[in-house]
Amino acid sequence: MKLKQLEGLLGSLDQFENPKIELEQYPTGPHIASRLLYTAENSFGDVENKVVADFGCGCGTLGLAAALLGADHVIGLDIDTESLEIASSNADDLDLDMDFVHCDIKNLKWQDRIVDTVVMNPPFGTRRKGADMDFLFVALKVASNAVYSLHKTTTRDHVKRTALRDYNAVSAEVLCELRFDVPQLYKFHKKKEVDVAVDLWRFVPKKDGEKHL
Amino acid sequence: MRLLTHNMLSSNIKGVTNGFPLLIEVEKVVEKQVDFNEDFLRNMFPKIEWKALVEASRTMGYTELPENAESSMLDSDEFLRKFHHALIELHLEEGALVCPETGRKFPVNKGIPNMLLHEDEV
Ligand SMILES: C[S@@+](CC[C@H](N)C(=O)[O-])C[C@H]1O[C@@H](n2cnc3c(N)ncnc32)[C@H](O)[C@@H]1O
Repeated sequence: MKLKQLEGLLGSLDQFENPKIELEQYPTGPHIASRLLYTAENSFGDVENKVVADFGCGCGTLGLAAALLGADHVIGLDIDTESLEIASSNADDLDLDMDFVHCDIKNLKWQDRIVDTVVMNPPFGTRRKGADMDFLFVALKVASNAVYSLHKTTTRDHVKRTALRDYNAVSAEVLCELRFDVPQLYKFHKKKEVDVAVDLWRFVPKKDGEKHL
Repeated sequence: MRLLTHNMLSSNIKGVTNGFPLLIEVEKVVEKQVDFNEDFLRNMFPKIEWKALVEASRTMGYTELPENAESSMLDSDEFLRKFHHALIELHLEEGALVCPETGRKFPVNKGIPNMLLHEDEV
């Protein structure tokens, strides 16, 4: 599938109807989402014929992008049922199969080995500090190949240090820096859109045999 | 929810040590046809907990999987098709997943298991 075509399909998905502030619900736009998955597939071969998990899947954009690029099994996890229902109907609209689990990522207990790749746009932790790092911690335990994630550029050093030192990542690499428009979903945002600098990361977890869970 | 997803979930209640596999209570099963992909099945086979898959598929009314399996069976097309069907075509649509240690039920509605914990279970 061409990048433009992927971006177009992602642009047609329904997004949050009543975004919940405390869960930092804003979608990854089709431009960034398509590039994230396209890079994962074309530069690293982490999507096609793989098992992919989408952490905090919201309305399913990243997971569905993985399915469109040929992932064999995609699981979306979110703490919010309303989002999961939208995600599920988005999957039906595209005629794609995707599994969903309603859970809190922080309390996820999963058999490792099966998931190859985790993709996520975690809450940046503007509401609850460290929320993105909680996601990353679990993602690096669950994935056997790679984790793709977005984090605020201002936290770059912290993310790198924590991933390598505390979360057992064998590599942590910023693939590119993006401008992320967090739309004015909430009344307390003064400006119409808050333009945040965000890094797209690729982390490689320790291989299965070396993990101690 | 496919049985592949079931094969990786375990009960995450505080204090539970043997939370895998979750038992299944069936209200409704649906089957969705998926293209057969041999490479995927070969790749998945060593990662799957076979016993859990056999039990789960039986509970869902599919009794074709052999009790024990080894990698040499992957040469049989018949075996692969059964494995394919159980792993990714059977969906638990309505019912519950049950913690094998505590009996706590995690409801499954519209194919989505609710694994959220109560405050005292975290
Ligand atoms: C920034 S949004 C990203 C949504 C979607 N992945 C996308 O890219 O469009 C973050 C998502 O994480 C979910 N979320 C927040 N905290 C969570 C938690 N502890 N466990 C699971 N999901 C959570 C929210 O409901 C929301 O859908």
